[in-house]
Amino acid sequence: MKKVFATADEALDGILHDGMLIAAGGFGLCGIPELLIDALVKSGVKDLTVASNNAGVDGFGLGKLLETKQIKKMMSSYVGENAEFMRQYLAGELELEFNPQGTLAERMRAGGSGIAGFYTKTGYGTQIGEGKEVKVFPTGPQGQPEHYILEEGIFADLAIVKAWKADDTGNLVFRKTARNFNPPAAMCGKICVVEVEEIVPRGTLDPDHIHLPGIFVHRIIQGEHEKRIEKVTTRSREDA
Amino acid sequence: MPWDRNQMAARAAEELEDGMYVNLGIGIPTLVANYVGDKDITLQSENGMLGMGPFPYEGEEDPDLINAGKQTITELNRTSYFDSATSFGMIRGGKIAAAILGAMEVAENGDLANWMIPGKLIKGMGGAMDLVAGVEKVVVVMDHTNKAGDAKLLKACTLPLTGTGVVDRIITDLGVFDVVEGGLKIVETAPEVTEDEVRAKTEATIV
Repeated sequence: MKKVFATADEALDGILHDGMLIAAGGFGLCGIPELLIDALVKSGVKDLTVASNNAGVDGFGLGKLLETKQIKKMMSSYVGENAEFMRQYLAGELELEFNPQGTLAERMRAGGSGIAGFYTKTGYGTQIGEGKEVKVFPTGPQGQPEHYILEEGIFADLAIVKAWKADDTGNLVFRKTARNFNPPAAMCGKICVVEVEEIVPRGTLDPDHIHLPGIFVHRIIQGEHEKRIEKVTTRSREDA
Repeated sequence: MPWDRNQMAARAAEELEDGMYVNLGIGIPTLVANYVGDKDITLQSENGMLGMGPFPYEGEEDPDLINAGKQTITELNRTSYFDSATSFGMIRGGKIAAAILGAMEVAENGDLANWMIPGKLIKGMGGAMDLVAGVEKVVVVMDHTNKAGDAKLLKACTLPLTGTGVVDRIITDLGVFDVVEGGLKIVETAPEVTEDEVRAKTEATIV
């Protein structure tokens, strides 16, 4: 089956519906599926629940979908960089489910691996653990009992992902810290759409160096990325 | 003389031992990297990197290479990259020897609050809850009191918790404190800082 599409609009055609759950890759603005986010804005699909570590910034990344009020609920670990997000949240227009970062990543990985739930120490005894099943395991250094809470896998209707390179079968290679949430997000989507900087001919990616096998990938587009930097931080050459 | 930010970071660097894998939080903890000296320390950045290098030279920033504070950084010849699920596998799985992080409040039983002020600051916990749940040694570096002069070392935290009983050691501008049975133990004080001054500015039980 042909996986390569010409544009982000075409790649999303026929798979969007209001109220759907979307898992998005990216950390801050690094490795975000910026072309697919733009296409979602254009599509007008609404009442979205979006599982993404962050919510973009005002005017870029998921911030665009917030401005158009297409998002009903965010599942995130950190949303501190977005004033419009805060405004909507404090006005009660937007739901927010905080997930510890590792819990969010594992919930995606688990959902994509057919695991409906798992126990983690993270969040036990905090607001995050409230209302969740607690189980004790003898995992302390000397076998002492430790408390774990039940977290559920995320089974997303759609995953939107950014990778560096793909072949036409969907085998993906990521670049540096732009990998972040992209592989677990990709895994947990019933349909996974990936945007890449370059689609390369079959056989040119080393099979031993594939970061995510094409079985997780259903649709691919190639495009130009802005790749905005959130916080440019440098040192002067005199320091060296 | 209380310690300044850099002196606190330098003191925190003494907690690190050769060969350790370490995660540094945002703020003063980030400065700790400047004081590790000749020790062979590998810095983990929870967005998916082991072996974090210094900030890049101007013009050499790479949008695909940032730390957990979203700052541009560089790689080293030992660097590895991985996805977020693997990153928190090593954090939760106890592979990271030490985490050094900031705090709003610490209680005498080792409870930590550093992610939310209800009604005021709603940014999120990021990776802090996973780090304190999984990392072997948790060191907090923070000012001893807040801007209003109120104690931050408390009998019990008033803010939403990041973790319960997770803090091992606290380094403030006034000294170094261990969480022990029954309260906090003074390990050392900054130069010319007296135990009386520390006690006056601490709500937590000092044993």
